[in-house]
Amino acid sequence: MLETLLPNVNWEKMIEATNETLYMTAISVVITFILGLILGLLLFLTAKGNIWENIVVNKVIGSVVNVFRSIPFIILIVLLIPFTRAILGTMIGENAALPALIIGAAPFYARMVEIGLREIDKGVIEAAKSMGAKTSTIIVKVLIPESMPALVSGITVTAIALVSYTAMAGVIGAGGLGNLAFLEGFQRSRNDVTFMATIIILIIVFIIQFIGDSITSKLDKR
Amino acid sequence: MISIKDVKKIYSSRQGKVTAVDNVNLEITEGEIFGVIGYSGAGKSTLIRMLNGLEIPTEGSVVVAKNEVSKIKGSSLRKARQEISMIFQHFNLLWSRTVRENIAFPLEIAGVPKGQRMKRVDELIRLVGLEGREDAYPSQLSGGQKQRVGIARALANNPKVLLCDEATSALDPQTTDSILELLVDINKRLGLTIVLITHEMHVIRKICHRVAVMEGGKVVELGPVLDVFKHPKEEITKRFVQQVTEPEETKETIEHLLELYPHGTVVQLGFVGEAAEQPLITNLIRHYNVTVNILQGKISQTQNGSYGTLFIHLDGESEELSKAISYIESQQVGVEVISNA
Repeated sequence: MLETLLPNVNWEKMIEATNETLYMTAISVVITFILGLILGLLLFLTAKGNIWENIVVNKVIGSVVNVFRSIPFIILIVLLIPFTRAILGTMIGENAALPALIIGAAPFYARMVEIGLREIDKGVIEAAKSMGAKTSTIIVKVLIPESMPALVSGITVTAIALVSYTAMAGVIGAGGLGNLAFLEGFQRSRNDVTFMATIIILIIVFIIQFIGDSITSKLDKR
Repeated sequence: MISIKDVKKIYSSRQGKVTAVDNVNLEITEGEIFGVIGYSGAGKSTLIRMLNGLEIPTEGSVVVAKNEVSKIKGSSLRKARQEISMIFQHFNLLWSRTVRENIAFPLEIAGVPKGQRMKRVDELIRLVGLEGREDAYPSQLSGGQKQRVGIARALANNPKVLLCDEATSALDPQTTDSILELLVDINKRLGLTIVLITHEMHVIRKICHRVAVMEGGKVVELGPVLDVFKHPKEEITKRFVQQVTEPEETKETIEHLLELYPHGTVVQLGFVGEAAEQPLITNLIRHYNVTVNILQGKISQTQNGSYGTLFIHLDGESEELSKAISYIESQQVGVEVISNA
């Protein structure tokens, strides 16, 4: 039945491509989360009226974040080719996509982290200060837990964006479902392959969304 | 315990400089419940926040429990803050933590080991009467319960001073009373010095020993609560005292009565402490040829005695009237003739 509907689909290749996509997404989500969290915290803490108020640092980080957020991803990959070569020695394969994926997504997530942190009641931070908390304690025990639902829903959105980024990265040789859809589907006019790759990407996105939503609602005790 | 000397706080904003606190001097003794009252913008909030270093004075010094909070920084300030707790108008609990975890938070900050922490939390939960709600999240609690968590959290590290920043302003009257009773109880049991700021004279009347009235950044009146109730000097203090002694409708009632009784005099009597228990009205009727009509009355309890006001209408010969009034004056009762009809 499947063979008549999708005559050109090579399931072995399809599964391999799916694994590559999942690998790229998972690694880049983890690193984006860490990097974006650090950048977001710095953006929040150095803003006016905050613990590490420093307008210069804030403006510098803010500008870097805005620049990288504004570059279209497909151009970012091309721009980063020398950088990727320098650190990985190759432009082919899943790992080659990672630098671009992370550099493209982390600034985007950093802004979401910053927004999440700004939603924390100032009074709660003040209460922690009045108890004699150090800044590191405030970060670990107040800022991160109190903004957790926003951090999780933010990383969900970012992870979904990253799935589509991996597909784009695939077009220029990074492997994964995007690569398969482009090379096997588009260039050989095998629409059933493109269609199947799309379906799998959609399933991945739905699963990420579902997991993200359920964690967010479980965490949110407000 | 607390000594505030020549303290000034000036904020620079785009519109120019704003003096939030202007040359304030206060000495607060150990075990005292000290109230600061003022309308919003009077500088009371800035003043209380200088007591734990959340605000640094532009000039002057603030010493709390032997720590010069206006000067120290870093770890010594953090250490000092563990002895100067604060509770807030909007409670400022962490929504992501349960009651138990919220109360444990200051203990975590102080580095108390886990076993001891849990023991202390249980004690505090009993102290503020929150048994059975240990594992609830703040969103599942009522306002009064949230403030109880706030108080328990503030007491966790055995502070010497408790600062209350409009702690009852977000609560309904009944809950306010129960929280105030809890504060008095803590003050008596633990000998804790309490400084509170409020805009409600009711709060001052109910629990404070001394009160400072603030207006425009300055302390305009200062003294034991009963004295301030008895002899308010400043216009603003009189208005605050009226919040408690005269219900809103008094003025209208009196105007109405003056129309009804065109003869005689309406007199406001102020009773303080002992005098409130004498049979003044009985003596008045027995010894003078006047008729007495009680219009309105109220007795308020303060921490150092009771304070009452009574409005009466006196009628009779003018000679008898003035004799009657001088009799009342001789009885250590405050008399104010409101109007001669």
